[in-house]
Amino acid sequence: MQQIPGRAVILTLFLIFLMLPIYWLINMSFKTNTEIISTMTLWPTRPTLDNYRTIFTDPSWYSGYINSLKYVIINTVLSISFALPAAYAFSRYRFLGDKHLFFWLLSNRMAPPAVFALPFFNLYSAINLFDTPWAVALAHCLFNVPLAVWILEGFISSVPREIDETAFLDGYSFPRFFIKVLMPLIASGIGVAAFFCFMFSWVELLLARTLTSVNAKPIAATMTRTVSAAGMDWGLLAAAGVLTIVPGALVIWFVRNYIARGFALGRV
Amino acid sequence: MEKIVNQKAWLLVLPVFALVAFSAIVPLMTVVNYSVQDTFGNNQFFWNGVGWYKDLLDPSTEFGGRFYASLLRNLFFSATVLAIEIPLGILVALSMPRDGWRVAACLIILALPLLIPWNVVGTIWQIFGRSDIGLLGYALNALGLNYNYVSNPLDAWLTIIAMDVWHWTSLVALLCYAGLKSIPDAYYQAAHIDGASRWAVFTAIQLPKMKRVLLIAFLLRFMDSFMIYTEPFVVTGGGPGNSTTFLSIELVKLALGQFDLGKAAAMSIVYNLIVLIVCWVFYTVMTNVGAERSPEAGGA
Repeated sequence: MQQIPGRAVILTLFLIFLMLPIYWLINMSFKTNTEIISTMTLWPTRPTLDNYRTIFTDPSWYSGYINSLKYVIINTVLSISFALPAAYAFSRYRFLGDKHLFFWLLSNRMAPPAVFALPFFNLYSAINLFDTPWAVALAHCLFNVPLAVWILEGFISSVPREIDETAFLDGYSFPRFFIKVLMPLIASGIGVAAFFCFMFSWVELLLARTLTSVNAKPIAATMTRTVSAAGMDWGLLAAAGVLTIVPGALVIWFVRNYIARGFALGRV
Repeated sequence: MEKIVNQKAWLLVLPVFALVAFSAIVPLMTVVNYSVQDTFGNNQFFWNGVGWYKDLLDPSTEFGGRFYASLLRNLFFSATVLAIEIPLGILVALSMPRDGWRVAACLIILALPLLIPWNVVGTIWQIFGRSDIGLLGYALNALGLNYNYVSNPLDAWLTIIAMDVWHWTSLVALLCYAGLKSIPDAYYQAAHIDGASRWAVFTAIQLPKMKRVLLIAFLLRFMDSFMIYTEPFVVTGGGPGNSTTFLSIELVKLALGQFDLGKAAAMSIVYNLIVLIVCWVFYTVMTNVGAERSPEAGGA
């Protein structure tokens, strides 16, 4: 592909712009609060691991990460397993109302979470799921299931239909064809869809915070606690922030070649 | 690819339909129900008809005034971030290295902001922009600019826009990059033989090929900036005053802060309708672009 003049400069400047705020957060997480407040230093003069130690030893901190991971994983599994058959149907067949249904799903991905915060609170309280990971996982299905359907539909459409027909001629039943033939063929697509479900469930806070109080409190909500009588605990806040970036950074590595295609909902 | 008509496909779609209907239709019914009632506490509700909607859509009432103000603020915010992020994203995508390890490294750095929880994005910029402990705030003040996003509305706006550009330009860049990658080399060779200028290559080859992904980028960015809540809430809390109170912040204040159910519900319905209409317009445009392109390119 053809490039533009001065591209190295543009790209470098942009990447520095992206990295600077993150660097500042990491920098702060290794400082003591005295150093943060009293002096302006570009790197920690006396690096300390105290902030991280607090998080890893205090259950009220690390349970936040566990709670978040719980609902994120439940949500990812739910979204993918519900979305797979639907994506196949959208990709292969025409049926009554298919276009309207697809649009309706699209509109749910776009619906503002703020609209759903209060009714979700009522709904999940009424069915006794309030303050459990299931409540948040189900609530996040609202935008993750449509997303997974789109991404998977794009990937399934790139598998030639002759493969389905050959498998059925060979005597495969539908469930067996689905698991033995189709799923291995779109393994990368399933990976990408799972990545996006993980990501959007991991970054969302409004619904996660509204639907939990104590037992299932996500890390994002725990982070609002760092204001205390002694003022803001900036170092601790920064360390907690850095730890929320880690899972994302790890999974990016696995899907780096498919990220762009996934963001285009499998339709590039 | 020609699709077969088969009504049994509904069986495969049914689980998704049930799950999303449970998450979308049941709560929306509650909202509709609240929006036509008034309450004086104690779980006693009174029929109020379209009263809340009348108030909401009339800018002279206090409630309507707040709604229109936050709607305008939100539209202005969306327009501004789109005007910056789309061209910048295209520029970054065009600047991507050709191949090798540098591409992977760039992709990973680009994707990083997208995977940070939204409240942490807020926290990062809150820390980064503070004039006492943040690099940005400190540097700006050291340069003699009086920058303080906590008390100055303009600074608060600039901080939030910079934050959104930081957070989401990568999405546009990644989408455009994917679009550019799908252009075969033969196109560029032909352009080279014809002696086409760099600008001609961009407008005649690259831009048309990116049309589809740009539409998706435009839709996603508009929608996500239209329902932005967490990031500005963490940085400014909607302030100073009401200067950065966007629609979602206003709505959450009403619904979960003041428990003003009727008003919040009416606002939710109108908010959702706006989203639905914009969505429908985009969907129509997008399917048309897809239809006109598929015969020659053989589908997506």
